[in-house]
Amino acid sequence: MFIFAFMQLRLRARIALLAFMMSPLLLFTTTLHADQNADASWSPDERTLLRSLTLRSLAPLAPDPSNRYSNDSSAARLGQRLFFDTRLSSNGKVSCATCHVPERDFQDGKPLGLGVGTGGRRTMPVAGTAHSPWYFWDGRADSQWGQALGPLENPVEHGGDRVQYAHVIATAYRAEYERVFGRVPELRDLPQHAGPVPDTTRAHAWARLAPERQDEISRMYANIGKAIAAYERKIELAPSRFDRFVEAELAGRPHSPENALSDDERAGLQLFIGKANCVTCHNGAMFTDNHFHNTGVPRAVNGVPDDSGRAAGVRRVISSEFNCLGKYSDAKPDQCDELRFAATDGPELVRAFKTPSLRNVAARAPYMHAGQIASLREVLAHYDRALAAPAGKSELKPLHLSERELHQLEAFLHTLTSPFATPSELLAAPDANRNTLQTAER
Amino acid sequence: MFAFELPSIRAAAHRALITLASLVLLTGCMHTASAPSNLDYSRTRTSEQGLYRAAIIPEGDSIPQGKLQKWTLHLASANGAPVSAASVAIDGGMPQHGHGLPTRPRVTRELGNGDYLVEGMKFNMGGWWVVKFHVASQAGSDSLVFNLSL
Repeated sequence: MFIFAFMQLRLRARIALLAFMMSPLLLFTTTLHADQNADASWSPDERTLLRSLTLRSLAPLAPDPSNRYSNDSSAARLGQRLFFDTRLSSNGKVSCATCHVPERDFQDGKPLGLGVGTGGRRTMPVAGTAHSPWYFWDGRADSQWGQALGPLENPVEHGGDRVQYAHVIATAYRAEYERVFGRVPELRDLPQHAGPVPDTTRAHAWARLAPERQDEISRMYANIGKAIAAYERKIELAPSRFDRFVEAELAGRPHSPENALSDDERAGLQLFIGKANCVTCHNGAMFTDNHFHNTGVPRAVNGVPDDSGRAAGVRRVISSEFNCLGKYSDAKPDQCDELRFAATDGPELVRAFKTPSLRNVAARAPYMHAGQIASLREVLAHYDRALAAPAGKSELKPLHLSERELHQLEAFLHTLTSPFATPSELLAAPDANRNTLQTAER
Repeated sequence: MFAFELPSIRAAAHRALITLASLVLLTGCMHTASAPSNLDYSRTRTSEQGLYRAAIIPEGDSIPQGKLQKWTLHLASANGAPVSAASVAIDGGMPQHGHGLPTRPRVTRELGNGDYLVEGMKFNMGGWWVVKFHVASQAGSDSLVFNLSL
């Protein structure tokens, strides 16, 4: 009994001693926890960074100096009709909206775009792209209108040619076109098909046209792009839960379900702007630095030819007849500085692809420039591992993130999902299209 | 007895915390590679061989991220006299990322009084950047290196 009492006493004494010894640590832990809550108190640098990532920090969309019709509402109305018009294709079945599906954030959810054939790249979304200096994964266009013209003459996308499209304008859109761009030139002496396309018959027909006829047609073709761009630049995103979170957080307002982040999402945000280095390239309100990086993305499968990315893309934009400095651009040369000062050579361009926006990324599998990676989680694992590039040199370094951290990053990326801030009538084929097509069917 | 033990426990806890903090910092360094602490970010520099003094004057005085910008480069000889008719080549990049500048900036005009207009400057990422001016004039060839923190 004495021994038992002694043991009890020792135990109590031990507990008391332990509790006393732990108290400074407990105190410290409490302080740390309080700091984390106050951090809610982000550092001044972090606050600046967070603000820079919100849609609110996006500068108002300036007119595109290379497209004098960029803010012309008649041009936008025509552009919307053209965007949804399948007559702008070789088989009458493909429109811009075939791959840029409005209900899917203007993309198609497929690894490679499917037009009249299979493309070599993943379809990119449209919303907010008017803020970008470069278009396509390799930046081979430097304006939204220049971009729109690429797929129209690509043999596996729309598969048509510019003389064909000029005829479509003359027969189906003459009044709308002439209201914006002036007289449609005489086309009756032209063949149905001709253009500088890979198809030799149409290319020869194009080569036989006098330079001034070619110029008239190319100008009409550029105007088609400018009308489509005037429409596309109206497609903008509404704030996401992340945007609302930052706004409330920086204003010191309490969080409601509409603007709160879960603990995991918040930890993911901290990783995103910190240890995981995502914000290095995914910066600014659109989560892109609008530049090109080799991140060691594996080669595409399914017979897609080797892709050197920006290395080829920059050569194409420099030589494009539809670039900012070209004769169909409305810009003065000093308004084309992105093109004038573009990096045109160097090993960094090899297999460098444009940093995509991360807005709505969680709703946009599969990922990378040819849809090589099926899920967001695998994309994060790719950046974590940082394997060597199949060509050129990857800019990545291994991150050594834990499974939990990868999960938190993924959770954060889901907070960037948002609907459009665009009137619903702009998100579908206009009624005029349906009437026209029905008339054509009759 | 507790009165004697407590400081040592605190000291031990302190040591553990310092170790923990250092580990966190070290790991952080491995990932984010913060810039060396002794960098000179001043906008006026002497060239490597001492032939030139130069100043960079960004348009609007700030260096925004992700926007094309124009700078004025002021070139003077070691004794402060403005340098005219210099040829200037520009490069640079992010030493910790192993890549160069995202654009090809160049001197587009000599403005007089040792001033040169530099166009096409752009910094697309946050962090430590280096911009180098390789200057050749009657005074000789030399390089100037500016550090920037974005």
